[in-house]
Amino acid sequence: MTMLEIKNLHAKIEEKEVLKGLNFKVNAGEVHAIMGPNGSGKSSFSKIIAGHPAYTVTAGEVLYEINFKMKNLLELSVDERAKEGVFLAMQYPIEVPGVSNFHFLQMSYNAVLKHHGSEEFSENDFRIFVKEKMKLLQMREDFLDRDVNVGFSGGEKKRNEILQMAVLSPRLCILDETDSGLDIDSLKIVGEGVNKLRSKNNAIILITHYQRLLDFIRPDFVHIYADGKIQQTGGPELALKLEKQGYDWLK
Amino acid sequence: MTDSKNLGQGDYKYGFVTDIETEEVPKGLNEGIIRLISQKKNEPEWMLDYRLKAFRHWQTMTEPHWAHVTYNKIDFQDLKYYSAPKNKSEKKSLEDLDPELLKTFERLGIPLTEQKRISGVAVDVVFDSVSIGQTHTEVLEKAGVIFCSISEAIQKHPDLVKKYLGSVVPISDNFYAALNAAVFTDGSFCYIPKGVRCPIDLSTYFRINASETGQFERTLLIADEGSFVNYLEGCTAPQRDENQLHAAVVELIAMDHAEIKYSTVQNWYTGDKQGRGGIFNFVTKRGKCAGAHSKISWTQVEAGSAITWKYPSVILLGDDSEGLFYSVALTHDYMQADTGTKMLHIGKRTKSTILSKGIATGNSKSSYRGLVKIMPSAEKARNYSQCDSMLVGPNCQANTFPYIEVKNKTATLEHEATTSRISEDQLFYLQSRGLNKEESISLLVNGFCKEVFKELPLEFSVEAVKLIEMKLENSVG
Repeated sequence: MTMLEIKNLHAKIEEKEVLKGLNFKVNAGEVHAIMGPNGSGKSSFSKIIAGHPAYTVTAGEVLYEINFKMKNLLELSVDERAKEGVFLAMQYPIEVPGVSNFHFLQMSYNAVLKHHGSEEFSENDFRIFVKEKMKLLQMREDFLDRDVNVGFSGGEKKRNEILQMAVLSPRLCILDETDSGLDIDSLKIVGEGVNKLRSKNNAIILITHYQRLLDFIRPDFVHIYADGKIQQTGGPELALKLEKQGYDWLK
Repeated sequence: MTDSKNLGQGDYKYGFVTDIETEEVPKGLNEGIIRLISQKKNEPEWMLDYRLKAFRHWQTMTEPHWAHVTYNKIDFQDLKYYSAPKNKSEKKSLEDLDPELLKTFERLGIPLTEQKRISGVAVDVVFDSVSIGQTHTEVLEKAGVIFCSISEAIQKHPDLVKKYLGSVVPISDNFYAALNAAVFTDGSFCYIPKGVRCPIDLSTYFRINASETGQFERTLLIADEGSFVNYLEGCTAPQRDENQLHAAVVELIAMDHAEIKYSTVQNWYTGDKQGRGGIFNFVTKRGKCAGAHSKISWTQVEAGSAITWKYPSVILLGDDSEGLFYSVALTHDYMQADTGTKMLHIGKRTKSTILSKGIATGNSKSSYRGLVKIMPSAEKARNYSQCDSMLVGPNCQANTFPYIEVKNKTATLEHEATTSRISEDQLFYLQSRGLNKEESISLLVNGFCKEVFKELPLEFSVEAVKLIEMKLENSVG
């Protein structure tokens, strides 16, 4: 079943055009990798899907499946998208001083539960729940008491993003350069964590410019992205070709 | 008598007026009025003399205008200086109060009847100009703690009042303090004897109800050698179109090894969205660490009033004494706040800490103003100051006016200040995790204030967080 369908999407930030007719389709259960050179606008693409206010969509549409109907995602606010299962693991997670990771995760999770008419989790129940998720990512418990991303190393921040993903169990997960800043051990832990979160009901879009993340999370499709749109689509072998030959052969 | 009318439009839930018979004095201020107030309160001669002396001094003073706030001139002759709920008969206990008053305080979340009383906190309740009663008097009496209205203290403990009233804030101190000394009608008095840890928290709740009435309460708190007290203060007022003046004076005295923790959650009516009405909160609060190793801390959450103008200060007289000031000031719509502290180091090795968090939203102005003064006698004094401001939206203002005067070379001072604006990226991050805009701003602001909130007693801290959340919900979005 189609989860996300993007048709001829154009978007700009300030006066700069960043998407120039992007077409893209994702079905439930699939993993897509989007690869492209630095500065090609891959991050812009992910922020537009999540609804970052700095971007303006000038043409095209983004359809997203909600309750078996394709809905116009662009009409939803940032938090509504999140509550409907769109999740962006950010390249540069933001620090929130004075707010504990635990409190933030609980608020976030309860906001989603409430949206779906479910009963909110008490502090105790949530603590049990979140500790299970932390095991998945081999995170220490004191992580919960620290302020959100404050004083975290680059790798800790990325792991924290995946923890949020594990807690919220979104349907459409976009991982924006989650591999950057991770050493090889962390990369393995994060990769395995993400694999455990894969299911036939969710879809994952990996944005990266290295093959190495794909050694851990095997994609169904690899897309080469440049100049505001997808230039070429293939299987995992396309990533290997990129690894060997770089992006120059595309030009 | 009719039910309390709710004039609130949903955003200030304390904005209702209690319809109650009151006893008032005519508008205006002159010696005759002061004599009348003193007479109504059946005061001794020395008290009347104190008032008249203050009044005569006040007449020679001019209204100060150095604060970073603007407002229309106050006509001091157009105010009433006394308003008290009428007592039909002599009251025996709080339960005998006018049911309308009991209902009012229930609505304010301060239940006064025995079965519903907040456990662990003794409350003195001041309604307009007078104190209407205290709770938990027996527990306190057993410990030897005196906790009563200042009117009662003037009658029953004249020696203590005479000795300490005006000893920290003299009548000549400033325009509003002089006015308060002349016309104060009630307030709380508290004396903690030597070596006593006050068994329960003490609290004063101030409520302005009557219109065109100024509220001038006076609080005097003395902690004798080696004693400890936790003191809380809350305040609300009805929603009215005209401004109302609140000019209180609070004096704290800590003897050797005594400690006073004084916390305020100030939620006077702020005025409406266009900036009409609201309380002018012009207050003088000062503590004196008179004894060695004494400690006074002021913790305040200033979330109300059209204009707040106050600087809870500490005179660090005793050697090794310590003063602390923790403040959160939130302004929204057209509110203005000019608040901060003064730390005056006189004794040796005196220490002070200042932590101020200002949050401005809407068209409001928030200023921190502070003075740290190290006198020549204050060998090895230390101060740490941190003043942070957070701006929410493009039309608000935050200012910091730190003054430092050092007259002893052995002093160590540190000062940090930051100003930040909630960024689009911060909001996007929180919203992309399912929190809506108001929840996101509220979370950021609460995080920003956390260091101050954790200094508040638990139940007050919960109240403060809720108050800030509610205020933000109504002012941003």
